[in-house]
Amino acid sequence: MPTKPAGTLYRGREGMWSWVGHRITGVVIFFFLLVHVLDTSLVRVSPEVYTSVIGAYKNPLMAIGETGLVAAILFHAFNGLRVIAIDFWKKGAKYQRQMLWAVLIIWVVVFGAFAIRHLSLALGGH
Amino acid sequence: MSTSTAEPASKVELPASAGGGGEIPSFDITLRVRRYNPEVSEEAHWDDFTLTMYGTDRVLDALHKVKWEHDGSLSFRRSCAHGICGSDAMRINGRNRLACKTLLKDLDTSKPITVEPIKGLPVEKDLIVDMEPFFQSYREVMPFLIPGGHEPTKERLQTIEDRARFDDTTKCILCAACTSSCPVFWTDGQYFGPAAIVNAHRFIFDSRDDAGDMRLEILNDKEGVWRCRTTFNCSEACPRGIQITQAIAEVKQAILSRNI
Repeated sequence: MPTKPAGTLYRGREGMWSWVGHRITGVVIFFFLLVHVLDTSLVRVSPEVYTSVIGAYKNPLMAIGETGLVAAILFHAFNGLRVIAIDFWKKGAKYQRQMLWAVLIIWVVVFGAFAIRHLSLALGGH
Repeated sequence: MSTSTAEPASKVELPASAGGGGEIPSFDITLRVRRYNPEVSEEAHWDDFTLTMYGTDRVLDALHKVKWEHDGSLSFRRSCAHGICGSDAMRINGRNRLACKTLLKDLDTSKPITVEPIKGLPVEKDLIVDMEPFFQSYREVMPFLIPGGHEPTKERLQTIEDRARFDDTTKCILCAACTSSCPVFWTDGQYFGPAAIVNAHRFIFDSRDDAGDMRLEILNDKEGVWRCRTTFNCSEACPRGIQITQAIAEVKQAILSRNI
């Protein structure tokens, strides 16, 4: 069966886009963990190399990357709780939309607080 | 025989004022249809039709107008045209809808209205898809009553509460709007899909049925209910308003607790 052109993008609503966000942040977190396990395990190979690798992370570009990572983890964590509630709380499916707004509000508050502190420490000089 | 017989009363053209309801407003629309004909080209393309339609018309009426007056080669399925046979599910402005239940006046008529076949099933021609994979999943959940115990002499009785337990999932018309709106189904054709789970739910929670455990076992498969990622596209697409994601969640919980 030849593959057919896909046509337009499906116009899903909050549920679909939160799932897309969950997938993307999940992949981002997976690649971070991969690198994280590798660099941390360096300490068993050679503590000197480990120290220099970890030291290389101390630059503004990595600081922005870390901010993005925390943004991804926070969304994945809060939305993950929402998904669990949809599956196991009787009224979860009914209030999924409201729960998504709650996730986003909590995300803005927590991430905003983190971003201000982290970036002012990392970029503001010591 | 006289050739000037008067028209029967029902066919006499009445003046517009005689209807009492006032004139139905008309407007121009552009219908943008996804065309595909494997006998002509392997490539699908868009065709635009400009039509004058009325406020009471549905997308199905626009498709009829195209087929009857502009391009007879346009292919689509429809039977009852009143939202109960489940033949004319299609993607209208990017969302799965029944063409016979979507009024043109409810859509944005200032832009072209896009009509495409539903996703995830092989397109055969224009808006017609091969529904066989969809019905295959449906058959696998055994969508029929499997009673236990002795056959009663009269009907199988059920309390109002027991009947209400699965009322929502009895409404399914098997139009495939839900299954073909599911991002998991688009990429994983093995997934049972929302419609099959809805129809399993209808019997799993029926107090007269005795094969709930068997159906739960079938849906406990890798490609069963656990593939559901709760995107709610199915609940949003269902023309019958079935709370599908809710029904799938109930089946998930029943599998875990084995408590129907």
